[in-house]
Amino acid sequence: MPQISQLLEVYGSQFFWLLIVIGIIYFGIAKNMVPKISKTVDDRQKRITDDLAAAQGAQDKAEQIEADYRTSINDARADAISKVNEAKAKAALKNEAALKRADTAIAKKAEEADAALKAAKTAALKEIEAVAAEAAQAIVTTVSGAKVSATDAKKAVKAAF
Amino acid sequence: MAEPGKIDPMHQFEVQPIFDGFTLFGQQINFTNSALWMFVVLGLLYVFMMGGMKRELVPGRWQIMVEGVVGFVDNIIATSIGPNGKKYTPWVFTLFMFILFSNLLGMMPFGIIPGIHPFTVTSQFTVTGLLAAISFSIVLIVGFWKHKFHFFSLFIPHGTPLPMIPLIFMVELLSFLVRPFSLALRLFVAMIAGHILIKVFANFVIQALDAGGASLLVALLSIVFIAFVSALELLVCAIQAYVFALLTSLYINDAENLH
Repeated sequence: MPQISQLLEVYGSQFFWLLIVIGIIYFGIAKNMVPKISKTVDDRQKRITDDLAAAQGAQDKAEQIEADYRTSINDARADAISKVNEAKAKAALKNEAALKRADTAIAKKAEEADAALKAAKTAALKEIEAVAAEAAQAIVTTVSGAKVSATDAKKAVKAAF
Repeated sequence: MAEPGKIDPMHQFEVQPIFDGFTLFGQQINFTNSALWMFVVLGLLYVFMMGGMKRELVPGRWQIMVEGVVGFVDNIIATSIGPNGKKYTPWVFTLFMFILFSNLLGMMPFGIIPGIHPFTVTSQFTVTGLLAAISFSIVLIVGFWKHKFHFFSLFIPHGTPLPMIPLIFMVELLSFLVRPFSLALRLFVAMIAGHILIKVFANFVIQALDAGGASLLVALLSIVFIAFVSALELLVCAIQAYVFALLTSLYINDAENLH
């Protein structure tokens, strides 16, 4: 086995070159390059975590905005409905008042018309009475020749009515 | 050395100098094929890691791979040691990546290119031994630094009856001291066994082809077997790298978070 038979003559050079190579790997690669590579990995991991957190934050914000939007729309809708109802009620009230006013005006006019009618009727009746009395007086005078006083004639007409 | 016309399955593990180096503490430091493949591993690892350094927010395939490996090692540390383990990540990462790349590179069929002799760095006991020794030293240093002599309580499990303590202490101490050897041997043996197996069956193929006739069936069977062993070895490459890194972090956990 050359490893044993050569041991005594080569161990010096083996150790020497191995220590140099191992030293270069240790100080040049393992101590210098590896931490940088580890850092790259860590940075990436951190970046991913941060990005995920940011995305989560943005989503939360979006959800918050949507919720706000929803509440504001609901508020606006409720507001609009109440306003419409109010307007309806107001309009109904106004209508009623106008109707009442119109009713009273119409009633007044009807009353006046009624009164005027009554007055005209009485006036007409009076006139008819007078005309009838005159006519009766004239008829009596013409038929019987008797003179009937206007007062009598009036009395007789009134009785006849 | 292999004789001409014969295949020596151990030849692949031989360390050969490419050019002569210098002497250090009485040891000849040559630039060997082993050192060359260590640097190939280093180069490949560097290229691989550079692919993950684009640091884009949306990663490409390569970057995903690199980040996956880094995350994998981070995960080993996090589950075995906990939040205190961050400072050991570079070492466990170094272990895992060096072993993984060495194992896989040793399995690559570079041998079909003439002149290139692939060499599995982790099939050398010197290499796995040094890696295990460093891991074990970290355990010892951290353990005694953080807990002083209280670290010895690691060897006395909770609820041990008083008369049993000396015996249990010896057993636990022994198992603790065996750790670096088991750590080093496990990887070394796993790597060497698979490579020898493949080489032995490759030897069968060549000898069967030379013999001709009915033994061609043996050659075919051997090739199928090599394919299966290679697939299994690729799995073992990854598993052994994982096991080495995991056990190291578990041992460090003992020192870091003494029960």
